[in-house]
Amino acid sequence: MAVLDVRNLSVDYLTDDGVVLHAVEDVSFSLEQGCSLGLVGESGCGKTTVMLSILRLLPEAGRIVSGQVLFEGQDLLQISEGDMRAVRWPGIAMVFQGAMNALNPVRTVESQIMEVLQLHGLFDNKNGARQRAGDLLEMVGIRAERGAEYPHQFSGGMRQRAMIAMALACVPRVLIADEPTTALDVMIQAQIIELLERLQSELDLALVLVTHDLGVVAEMCDDVLVMYSGTVAEHACSDTIFNNPRHPYTQRLLQAFPDIAQPGSQLASIPGFPPPLDDLPPGCRFQPRCHVFEGEPYCLEQHPQAVEIEPDHVVSCHLVGKA
Amino acid sequence: MQRSDYLIRKIGFAFATLVVVIVFNFFLFRILPGDPVRMIVHSPRMTREAQEKIEANFGLDKPVWIDKEALTRGDIPGAFDTQFTAYVRNLLRGDLGISFSTRRDVSELLAERAWRTVVLVGLGEVLAIVFGILLGLIAAWRRGSRLDTGILLAGLFTWAMPTFFFGIILIIIFRGRLPVGGMVTPGLKPEDGLEYWLDVGKHLILPTMTLTILYASEYLLIMRSSVVEVLSEDYILTAKAKGLSTIRTFRDHALKNSMLPMITVIALTLGYTVGGAIQVETVFSWPGIGRLMYEAVQKRDYPVLQGTFLLLAVSVIAANLLADLLYAVLDPRVKPE
Amino acid sequence: MQRFKQVWGVFRKKPMAIVGVVMLSIAVFVAVFAPWLAPYDPYERVEIEIEDILAPPDPEHLLGRDDAGKDVLSLLIYGARISLVVGFTASFFSMFIGTTVGLTAGYFGGRIGNGLMRFTDFLMVIPDLPLMLVIISVWGRGLWKIVLVISLLYWTYTARLVRSQVLSTKERQFVLRARALGASNWRNILRHILPMVVPLIIAQAVLDISASIIAESSLSFLGLGDPTLVSWGMMLNFAFERAISRMAWWFFLPPGFAIVWVSLSIILIGNALEEIVNPRLKTHHLFDPRRMVSLSPTPKEQQPTEPVLETN
Repeated sequence: MAVLDVRNLSVDYLTDDGVVLHAVEDVSFSLEQGCSLGLVGESGCGKTTVMLSILRLLPEAGRIVSGQVLFEGQDLLQISEGDMRAVRWPGIAMVFQGAMNALNPVRTVESQIMEVLQLHGLFDNKNGARQRAGDLLEMVGIRAERGAEYPHQFSGGMRQRAMIAMALACVPRVLIADEPTTALDVMIQAQIIELLERLQSELDLALVLVTHDLGVVAEMCDDVLVMYSGTVAEHACSDTIFNNPRHPYTQRLLQAFPDIAQPGSQLASIPGFPPPLDDLPPGCRFQPRCHVFEGEPYCLEQHPQAVEIEPDHVVSCHLVGKA
Repeated sequence: MQRSDYLIRKIGFAFATLVVVIVFNFFLFRILPGDPVRMIVHSPRMTREAQEKIEANFGLDKPVWIDKEALTRGDIPGAFDTQFTAYVRNLLRGDLGISFSTRRDVSELLAERAWRTVVLVGLGEVLAIVFGILLGLIAAWRRGSRLDTGILLAGLFTWAMPTFFFGIILIIIFRGRLPVGGMVTPGLKPEDGLEYWLDVGKHLILPTMTLTILYASEYLLIMRSSVVEVLSEDYILTAKAKGLSTIRTFRDHALKNSMLPMITVIALTLGYTVGGAIQVETVFSWPGIGRLMYEAVQKRDYPVLQGTFLLLAVSVIAANLLADLLYAVLDPRVKPE
Repeated sequence: MQRFKQVWGVFRKKPMAIVGVVMLSIAVFVAVFAPWLAPYDPYERVEIEIEDILAPPDPEHLLGRDDAGKDVLSLLIYGARISLVVGFTASFFSMFIGTTVGLTAGYFGGRIGNGLMRFTDFLMVIPDLPLMLVIISVWGRGLWKIVLVISLLYWTYTARLVRSQVLSTKERQFVLRARALGASNWRNILRHILPMVVPLIIAQAVLDISASIIAESSLSFLGLGDPTLVSWGMMLNFAFERAISRMAWWFFLPPGFAIVWVSLSIILIGNALEEIVNPRLKTHHLFDPRRMVSLSPTPKEQQPTEPVLETN
């Protein structure tokens, strides 16, 4: 059974002026223990919103309109806040985007790890918790004594690793890593990826890697979910996505990604911008930028449904045959 | 290592400001047109002995700042035998001169009255901080609600109101129900024990209330915006994601961060605090340093003016330094600029 | 220019701002048309009887009379002139001095910059009212002396503001590019830094106006106002010195509330401006959190971005 099963998740945001933004529409995916899913898309496509919805951490203006989030069979959207708090971290943990400020600057790093250990009942005495926090830091390659320092004394890469250590403190079933390598230099990025891979296999984690970096996805992920403007564009296992992409957007994405095997090839970019959420096109959200579109009426009238074109390969496109 | 640099810098700055204040204080009363000291010395109101004492103290026969002649002669100690050095020397001895109007030592006057101001301002500040923090928290929690808007408007309104006028309003409202002037009902003496102190306490109510309400309004505005800003920080989301309840998130993560700007603000507005104290003491005839300054202004009692200004400036500098030190203790990120 | 239009557009919609502007307009109107609005000339000598002193309001004197028998309403109306003149001129001078100091310190940096900022810091630490009291006591009373003293103390806020803006703008790309292209110092400042800085200066200057008005009224109340004029602060001084036991509320309350009216109007305007030009104060306009949940990941979701994905 899948440890995490998101079904038809739709999320709206309500602005101050009363406008309703359909930020996420009908997103579904599932994840098995020990597997990793790469969630790919441009900034603003809704990846983070989906992740926050899973943990029920949307801001007040966000509303989960429909769908289910099944964690080990239980729909998280139906349980009480108190029960949800017990799921957060020991069940599903998250490493946030841009860990620059994700740690409280006026508290030591170890105290923040200890906090979560004590909160979820793994330790009731401070010494045990401190010891364990030190072990966790060692696990991610940070000397245990440095736990007594403050976040600003850590480098960017170290902070990210500390966040990972903290995320794993309660040995979660699912780990969501939201852009874990953004704003870090390439060497550090490689270290972080290596770390995540190692931890995933050692702890048999179900990993969701949210990123806009296809290289990382190619290296680490079993499955890939490509999102565009709040909807699922394509969803398949990694091999399929890279070798046989069927959604025009996915195809362009891959073209925009330099292939080391073909140095000197042109980098293609996708002209235009994703549609603003308060001014969505009536039909397919990708249509204005689609290179396959040639005036087909259904592309202009209706946003395509997600269709399983072959086993374990889902695409949302009216023109699948053409691409 | 870095933090001790910060502390040294701050102490150095405080000391430098002190020097600036002392120099300024001296020159103000000598350089501006109508040298008041000379005018007073030759005033018929002064007795001969007082005049002589002042002349000696101030060294009026000597050059003001530096004795250039002596300098050219190579007489270094002589060059500094001037009014300014006499002034500094006296200062270090605690001699701030003699009040023109009461003939008493200025330092004596200050010492006598200082505690009264300390009690009033201290109480007012403490209460203001407490209320400011509480109300700011509530306003931030209920951000956007009518309660929040109400609190905001009340804050802006008190910011627009001069301190002395607010005091006058309170007098008009509470006249007859609470003492509106002085420190104690005439006739009572400290020897009367508890009765005396209770009476002082009653007299303290209105002036303290004036200060508290006015200061609290600013503190609450700062607290509110500080809380709102802190709550939008990433680490708050992390805390919630870890499974902390709203209350615990606030208590363990947001609170300390929200309060740090408060310290800065209190330090920044110390000047305003002192100004407020002067006005309140004047309006309520509370016999403290502020009222003394007012009386000195009325009577053109320059030594007292000089002395109170010095005392107030020094207090503010010292308080500022304390706030800086406190901030350094609480915020681990502090580095020398 | 475009920026001004932008700012004005947002400004117009804020209720606080509109209320402030209306209130201020009324005050300015009263000040300008004082001779026509006031029933009597407060500076004219009057023949009075004993009963006229602190007489309560009656049809001929809507706000009663003061301790010298003069019509309070007329005094009130003329008082507006003083407050507004002091407020605007003191703030103008502060703005001028502060901007100059801030620009110089920020742009040239180094020892000049540090020295200027140290001086600014000194001035900021020394308490305002005592310093003003002491200076005026020694120097003498007079309206322009008050204006000067106030502006000599209040420029520090503007200077700090300008300097930090200059420092941050200095480092930004377009300025560095301009310098690389060889643009001279002054053109650099004027073209690149000034537009960024001007809105902040104006917002601060507006708030300085209300601070100046309150400062003048405090000085006058404490007996250091211009003896040839009757400002609201001085009215309160007379009321307090000579009428406190009589509870002549018509003499006490109007000048005080007039001060509050004018400074509140300016504060509302200044506050609205501050919210607009200072991005840190501005709330994330898409969301209105009523509970304590973080906003930060979500605003990114709503903004259109570049078409190309970042690659390694």
